[in-house]
Amino acid sequence: MAHEMSGAPVSGILVVGGGISGITTALEAAEVGHEVFIVEKNPYLGGRVAQLYKYFPKLCPPACGLEINFQRIKKNRNVKYFTLTEVEKISGAPGNYDVTLKETPGYVNSNCTCCGKCAEACDVEIPNEFNFGMDKTKAAYLPHEMAFPQRYVLHPSILGTSAAQKCKDACQYNAIDLDMKPKTFTLKVASIVWATGWNPYDAKKIDNLSFGKVKNVITNIMMERLAAPNGPTKGKIVRPSDGKAVQNIAFVQCAGSRDENHLPFCSYICCLASLKQTTYIREANPKSKATIFYIDLRTPGRYEKFYKKVKADTNVSFVKGKVAKIEEDASTGDVLVTVEDTLAGKKLHEKFDMVVLAAGMEPSTSAVKVPGNAKYDENNFVISGEILSTGCVRKPCDVMSSGQTATGAALKAIQMLGRR
Amino acid sequence: MEKKLGVYICGGCSIGEGLDLEKLSLVATKEYKVPICKTHPALCGEEGVSLINQDIETEGVNTIVIAACSGRVKYDVFDFGPSNIVERVNVREQVVWSHDWTKQVQVKTKDAEGKEEVKAETKPNEDTQMLGEDYIRMGIVKANKTSLPEPFLEEFTKNILVIGGGITGLTAAIEAANTGYDVTIVEKNSQLGGYAARQRKQIPTKAPYSELEPANIQEKIKEISNHPRITIKTGTEIARISGAPGMFDVSFKQAGTKTKWDVPPPRKKEEETGEAKTEEPVELPADQIKCEDILTKDTDAERFGVVVVAAGGRPADPSEFEHLGYGKFANVITNVMMEDAAAKGKIIRPSDGKEARTVAFIQSPGLNGDDSDFPYCSSVTSMISLKQAKYVREDYTDGKAFIFYKHMRTPGVYENFYKSMQNDEGIFLTRGEVKGVTENADKSLTVEVDDTMIGENIAVNVDMVVLATGMVPETRFDPVINLAYRQGPAFKDLELFDGYCDSNYICFPYETRRTGVYTAGNVRQTMTNGECIEDATGAALKAIQCLESTNRGMAVHPRSGDTSFPEFFFQRCTQCKRCTEECPFGALDDDEKGTPKPNPTRCRRCGTCMGACPERIISFKNYHVDMIGSMVKAINVPDEDEEKYRIVAFVCENDAGPALDMAGLNKLKFSADIRFIPVRCLGSVNTIWIADAMSKGMDGVLLIGCKYGDDYQCHFVKGSELCNKRMDNVAETLGKLRLEPVRVQQVQFSIDEYNKIPEVIDKFVKVIEGVGFNPMKGF
Repeated sequence: MAHEMSGAPVSGILVVGGGISGITTALEAAEVGHEVFIVEKNPYLGGRVAQLYKYFPKLCPPACGLEINFQRIKKNRNVKYFTLTEVEKISGAPGNYDVTLKETPGYVNSNCTCCGKCAEACDVEIPNEFNFGMDKTKAAYLPHEMAFPQRYVLHPSILGTSAAQKCKDACQYNAIDLDMKPKTFTLKVASIVWATGWNPYDAKKIDNLSFGKVKNVITNIMMERLAAPNGPTKGKIVRPSDGKAVQNIAFVQCAGSRDENHLPFCSYICCLASLKQTTYIREANPKSKATIFYIDLRTPGRYEKFYKKVKADTNVSFVKGKVAKIEEDASTGDVLVTVEDTLAGKKLHEKFDMVVLAAGMEPSTSAVKVPGNAKYDENNFVISGEILSTGCVRKPCDVMSSGQTATGAALKAIQMLGRR
Repeated sequence: MEKKLGVYICGGCSIGEGLDLEKLSLVATKEYKVPICKTHPALCGEEGVSLINQDIETEGVNTIVIAACSGRVKYDVFDFGPSNIVERVNVREQVVWSHDWTKQVQVKTKDAEGKEEVKAETKPNEDTQMLGEDYIRMGIVKANKTSLPEPFLEEFTKNILVIGGGITGLTAAIEAANTGYDVTIVEKNSQLGGYAARQRKQIPTKAPYSELEPANIQEKIKEISNHPRITIKTGTEIARISGAPGMFDVSFKQAGTKTKWDVPPPRKKEEETGEAKTEEPVELPADQIKCEDILTKDTDAERFGVVVVAAGGRPADPSEFEHLGYGKFANVITNVMMEDAAAKGKIIRPSDGKEARTVAFIQSPGLNGDDSDFPYCSSVTSMISLKQAKYVREDYTDGKAFIFYKHMRTPGVYENFYKSMQNDEGIFLTRGEVKGVTENADKSLTVEVDDTMIGENIAVNVDMVVLATGMVPETRFDPVINLAYRQGPAFKDLELFDGYCDSNYICFPYETRRTGVYTAGNVRQTMTNGECIEDATGAALKAIQCLESTNRGMAVHPRSGDTSFPEFFFQRCTQCKRCTEECPFGALDDDEKGTPKPNPTRCRRCGTCMGACPERIISFKNYHVDMIGSMVKAINVPDEDEEKYRIVAFVCENDAGPALDMAGLNKLKFSADIRFIPVRCLGSVNTIWIADAMSKGMDGVLLIGCKYGDDYQCHFVKGSELCNKRMDNVAETLGKLRLEPVRVQQVQFSIDEYNKIPEVIDKFVKVIEGVGFNPMKGF
């Protein structure tokens, strides 16, 4: 931990979730002059956006904005952060909360210099979570290159094995502590902002789209990793079954979203994400073609220009219609898509190298609730109230609106500081 | 402060394996006579840090040069408090992790029988060692040339000015006032409330987002009218805002009038980049009042610390879409006209006041497959049509509403609202292309629609047609803020966003190019009432943050917390105006002679002025022309017969710098002929540094900065672009000196492209090898 706790604070703001929304809330409040604590369950800050290759509509790298934000954190003594930490219990009320936090061991302490000797010594590989299991990483690993704080972690699965001992022996800086135990501690804060973000909707639940059954069907967030230069294929867009370069790709919109059986709401970002991802494939594989199957293309306001830009590429086509069925051509690994083209009024059967499901966003609070007095809407998004909420745990939104709501949430959190 | 240097060299993370630490120490102790120089196998450990702390305490070391890892890591470990200067020299990522430690050399030996044989022998890589030593030299020079910044502090006010009394402005004012700040809200109309006060109902703002809500703007107006911290000025406009954050002097005027405090037209065609243009006097029409110069002080002005702009917009005119009949047929109206009518009472058609029981809403004007919605609309217009369709149903039990759309845009939670409207049996939603609207004898209208989802072309007879038109931001017509700035009265970059004063930064949605002036609501993007409220709350925070930072003498985004600011040595100023013109944030105003007047609280500390100044009279305490120039000169340039090239690279510390670290972390290897010097922004690169490098005998200069163009990534907006323009002049100068222009090049680089670092560098090294050694070497 960069900033170890020095006695319990008497006032301050707790921000739960260290993604772009949480970081923004924390920094905006800290730069007004207030003390802020960020709690993040991952070993690094950055959250979901750290996994994205580019942002729409500028097609710029998320790491650029994260780097500035990390610089702001480094320079500001008002910000303290706790990684590998989750909130266990909240009691009290606005103006005076007692929060119990639990830190999970990463088995690497702040002595870590990121020299990489532990990973060199480690002979066990695990599925790379950051890349959604599309490749493997050593069990002693840096979650990703831009990880902040820049520190290795040991996967708990190797604990008690010779691999763990080899890692420890390789470390020259006494940074590996295999006896690290979970740690519970408390904080007193005046306001709490919930910013735990979203999870990709589990596409396996959408039976007819065959995710998990047909190898060359992936989700949009997996596509981000596949296209990223630091991803499992170093940015080569190839299909999972045989590593063949993808030339003919389809994007299936509303995979889970706008569907009473799955997510009844619209996930806001998927239309734009798919439009953006057509640019990935078109750039990586110049001969490629992309088709987007959609119900409505939701490119509000300034995003309309981006849609037009993508539409101007004649190798990207748009079909209005909901995909009914996805199957595998067993001999080739190709993906067969059945869709009702609602404008032409006919059923289409098309074949693709790979299909990307524009899987929706589910609030993280669908899985893990706020351990305190929070209110939810019918889809488990946190309604901002006594416990404030911001970003994608509050409503489905893009990065820019996350920044907006996060900045507003910082003000609301500050307003609570006066209360007792 | 009397400096006492200490140089501390770390041997950890392979530094000690790749470099000869003894020799590195000699650079400090012998060449630079640094009194204290120590090495340690793991400087960041407890023992290493206490070694430094001890020297601070007992030896009085106050300027600490740490040759170890990148300054981006272990920043907290190597923080020795605000009164000590710390300079980090990156010999890990940029030396031992990215260069070979050894190299194979062919050595002739004689074997036991005296026969000569050639053997490959592994020797320490002298190029890597030279690289490390140069970085130590540069670090020591930099530490010698830097000093601790002293914040710019004045008598600042903390009052907030909000421009615009619609839902956004009201919210911003209330939120700021409720946080404890005094606010003045200015509205040009005689009433507060804006368009929100003209609504019958509003699009849902809270869960479950399915039903219309009563418009609650009157409650906000009441709250603001009784708020002890809020002053209201209706019927008032801004004549001018002069000054800077913490000390803006605002001249108000009665709306619609002209005063001598209006901002005069710019003195010349304002061009923010390029050479100063000759001034052309602006002819004033006879009836126009002569405006005072921007630097003249209005003694009646009121002082504010920051400004929130919530000026909203004006309804767009859909006349250009002739096939829809607006302006031709009385019963074709816009959604704003519909809202006004609905707020008054039952919906009636304009031609004769007859009840409008069947109404068609047109979402998208396009023909021939163009699926854009109306200009300046957003998803808001989809929702307004749904809302107004509901009005028809509220007013008439047999009412019918048809909505013809290309894409129904109800993103996110607004899907619930769409669904609930779909459940109304009197609302008919069809995707289709509207071919045209025609008027019938009884003034009813026929709407012809093709390509509907039911697979046929239809014609519908309706009482009235409502066009889902957008809202044009006020800033498209009027500067609104009327800044008395030499760079002009309006926001910059408006053309990038069709007149919206929106942020170019996805991560930083409130950033504008006018420090201390934040925008919110429909002037930024078209928004629903709910979105306006959220946006206004964020803008209020940013305004408060700017006040507090200014009051601490600190910069705002992106160098938030920086207390350095540019200082000018005016005796040598030649009034060339380049600094005034090039500052991306309009921080400088020049007087009639052309002497710049600095406004430190407008400054974002990028150093673009410093890069622009041909006289090199602009400097920061901890960043100046002499500092970087001296670092360049500190690089050891080998003689030509050593056959080693030397290249210096100026690197943007925000994106390219971290990318270099990532390249090191990934152990990517590149030429050891190049030395990197981080700069705040390429905009701060003064061409004298290039001259310094060339006259020192260096063979090439590389500039690595952010991408520019419409989707620029430069955190200081224009830095990398300005640098590129200055390079044109450099090429010319090189030509005069008979040096090949290819010796100086700029590349655009993103932070995530670290895997391309070797390629970029080695390519440039090849270019330099192609043109050969700098002929000025050794002179």
